[in-house]
Amino acid sequence: MAHSYTPGLRVTSHAELIRERRLPLKGDVLVQAGDAVEARTVVARTDLPGNVQTVNLAAKLSLDPAKVPSALARPLGSAVRKGEIIAEAKGLFGLMSQKVEAPSDGTLESVSSITGQLIFREPPLPIEVEAYVRGVVDEVLPGEGVRIRTEGAFLQGIFGVGGETHGPVAMVSSGPEAELTADLLRPEHRDHVVVGGCYVSHATLMRARDLRVAAVVVGGFDDRDLRQLLGRDLGVAITGSETLGFTLILTEGFGRIAMAARSWNLLAAHVGELASVSGATQIRAGVMRPEIIIPRIGEMSAPAAEMGSGFELGAHIRVIRAPYFGRIGAVSALPPELHDLDSGTRVRVMHVRFTDDGSEALVPRANVELIER
Amino acid sequence: MSAPPLVRSILATDCGSTTTKAILIERGESGYRLVSRGEAPTTVEAPFEDVTRGVLNAVREIEELRGRRMLDGDRILTPQNGDEGVDLYVSTSSAGGGLQMMVSGLVLQMTGESAQRAALGAGAIVMDVIALNDGRRPHEKIQRLRQLRPDMILLSGGTDGGDTLRVVEMAEILAAADPKARLGAGYELPVIFAGNQAAVPMVRECLEKRTALLVVPNLRPTLERENLRPARDAIHELFMEHVMAHAPGYKKLMTWSRVPIMPTPGAVGLIIEKIAKRDSIAVVGVDIGGATTDVFSVFQEVFNRTVSANLGMSYSVSNVLAEAGIENILRWVPFDVDEVELRNRIKNKMIRPTTIPHTLEDLVIEQAISREALRLAFEQHKQLATGLKGIQTERTISDIVNQSESGASLVDLLQLGLLVGSGGVLSHAPRRVQSALMMVDAFLPEGVTELAVDSIFMAPQLGVLSTVHEEAATQVFEADCLIRLGSVVAPIGAAREGQPCVTVQLTGPGVDASPRRVAFGELVVLPLPADGKLRLTATPEKGFDLGAGKGRPIETEIRGGVVGLIVDARGRRPFQLPSTTAERIRRLRAWNAALSVYPREV
Repeated sequence: MAHSYTPGLRVTSHAELIRERRLPLKGDVLVQAGDAVEARTVVARTDLPGNVQTVNLAAKLSLDPAKVPSALARPLGSAVRKGEIIAEAKGLFGLMSQKVEAPSDGTLESVSSITGQLIFREPPLPIEVEAYVRGVVDEVLPGEGVRIRTEGAFLQGIFGVGGETHGPVAMVSSGPEAELTADLLRPEHRDHVVVGGCYVSHATLMRARDLRVAAVVVGGFDDRDLRQLLGRDLGVAITGSETLGFTLILTEGFGRIAMAARSWNLLAAHVGELASVSGATQIRAGVMRPEIIIPRIGEMSAPAAEMGSGFELGAHIRVIRAPYFGRIGAVSALPPELHDLDSGTRVRVMHVRFTDDGSEALVPRANVELIER
Repeated sequence: MSAPPLVRSILATDCGSTTTKAILIERGESGYRLVSRGEAPTTVEAPFEDVTRGVLNAVREIEELRGRRMLDGDRILTPQNGDEGVDLYVSTSSAGGGLQMMVSGLVLQMTGESAQRAALGAGAIVMDVIALNDGRRPHEKIQRLRQLRPDMILLSGGTDGGDTLRVVEMAEILAAADPKARLGAGYELPVIFAGNQAAVPMVRECLEKRTALLVVPNLRPTLERENLRPARDAIHELFMEHVMAHAPGYKKLMTWSRVPIMPTPGAVGLIIEKIAKRDSIAVVGVDIGGATTDVFSVFQEVFNRTVSANLGMSYSVSNVLAEAGIENILRWVPFDVDEVELRNRIKNKMIRPTTIPHTLEDLVIEQAISREALRLAFEQHKQLATGLKGIQTERTISDIVNQSESGASLVDLLQLGLLVGSGGVLSHAPRRVQSALMMVDAFLPEGVTELAVDSIFMAPQLGVLSTVHEEAATQVFEADCLIRLGSVVAPIGAAREGQPCVTVQLTGPGVDASPRRVAFGELVVLPLPADGKLRLTATPEKGFDLGAGKGRPIETEIRGGVVGLIVDARGRRPFQLPSTTAERIRRLRAWNAALSVYPREV
């Protein structure tokens, strides 16, 4: 059998991270290598080319397409204002002239003498890229952007919606197994990254939005409520561009699942500190998970040990499918032979001793993920 | 390309999005047989960014299992020398998300659809079809072309000698969009023009300086005729020259094999076409993966392939729920499930796509979802596998009686001879009868249809092998790849539950020859020997049709199979499950028990 392993999600008090901040097109980089940046610092800027419109001049001027280029009122490349005359044709005996006005502000880009179409480009749209995390500019990508180096606490979620945001961490539920209810959210949570326990409902999220909470981090959430939140069933897990008014990160999955104590404790150790949060998730080749970064530049001790590349006896794992979904334990045996599951499937398994009650269970190796020590 | 005089051993690999699979075929006394297989994670992404690493790892696994050397460092040893090396190496690939194309035509339902068929048949995923009448304004088309960053564009439109102006208009839109290829800005985007040949000089003027333009004969030279082959060949050629050559490590991999690397689905399509041709039957093949479901068919000697890019069992499982609706999934589950709980289970599979069902209930739910994924993919296939649209035909009295029209689907389930399933949920189901029933429930075959599954999903490797060594590909396909499950007899018609529906009788060695009467609403299985052929006589009751007319018996030869002969008297046209939950569960449980689908009642 091929070697395979589930890398699991990173939850660590110390990570060194690089975040690339790139413009969608070439532009200007506004910072230099070695510069200290805050999350809101604008690091690069550019202008996106405007949308293209086609204008059928031949039809509008009742002209043969071959004559359309000479009917342009301004040379190609000219910038024009909305309503300005861009092409003109004289009618019979030079009397009834027909004119075409610019559909918006823009530029005359090209014209075809075969089809008589004008390609008209709307004005450019300015785009700015922020640093997203507090850190230091590690490298400048000339004309494209920068790489920001940062270090601090780092937590990956399993699924998120909403884009990048930041705010101080606030622990709101009474513990990792408690639900985040609407009555716990108060006006002082505005612009904060609010941490709940095992579950949040749609009603509570609406309250968070009304209070302008920056982000909500919880163990679980119902898909039914996700549907209500997005206004549609989420078919393919490519998220991050939703405009919900806040960012939502699930640390465990769908349903009511206690947040792993390790994640809860890590966030609790950083109450009041600024966290950078991104809900962007892509589950396909080149997987991307949502993240919470709490930068602590130059204040950290030695980095935590990295994970090994496979399962070992004693390794800490979390079960990620029913019937033990969400439970945490340690690997107690790794039998090499295939085992029959209740479903009838013959697969490789492991024995797991659960942390909460010390009981043991047989679990398919494909259904667990490693947790960093 | 001709085969070498005597090929003793063949190594074939398939570089999938997540796994690279290798098989070793050797020639023995009984011909060519699969002797070993290995697999390893595909390595197109960081940190390796070199597909050959995954190939070497998969081959190394075979080396270890067989105790036979096939690699010399980072190179495959060819030809075979003594017990070392192999005589032939071939490969397919869908790594990096496969070949992603946009196609364009003038009219969506005519040249647009022909262009789509050409691209799908070549093994591509069609990201969008752009046409003059697609309802989008030109700037929206331009925006779309820019956003999607396809690997290649197929531009068609106009019949030969027909409209040139509007063909050039499409080329101008493409030029204005100036789309960039997905795999990097370092090379020009390949564009194939397969439209009105009179427009070629103008299309060249418009696109030649901006793109890697290749002009081929028109794929719709007249309204009545499609000529897809030149466009398909050009897609394969540009796939090799441009797309694959820029994917990490492929330049090296291409030097290892003297046979061109094919897109995986293109190779599977080849093998389906060959079965249909060899046995002179209509065939439907399906490959249900984690992200996509491919359906292949050959009806009336016309090959069609469709890709349902967002119907799959892991990455796309949530989209099956979105498209099918929760009630359609629940109708296959023989126990009460809370809707909130089911939704959460499906989403949890999506966010952790590599997990497998641990409990029997979880397996049943997964197989319920697969029925809907297969059904939807087949619906999409039927819509595209059609005759040519837009043709004026002289209608006769018989056409009016049969209600036939141009553009009708070629898929005729009464004509279907063989249904082949492949992909994790079908190939790796704990019991083969589960695969058979998933296919029957999703495709609803009619009359008499044989069922089979691909044992370990090696059809891609055998497809590309068939281009250079048909004998080896065919022998391994029959002996090691195709697992014959048996056949299904399904009469068209409806009656009250318990009323007589059909009587079947098998004659041949090793079977009970007494006739078996099956009542409407029942699902039964009669054992068959694993190999050999038998004679089947099936007599439908009045009002039921097996293809010979209502109440008329049919006699046919069927092959043996590991599941047996399934007699599906649950009705067709319509096939209906009871509307009340309690009754539906009772019936599902009865059918599962009759076929021993699961080890215990769920």
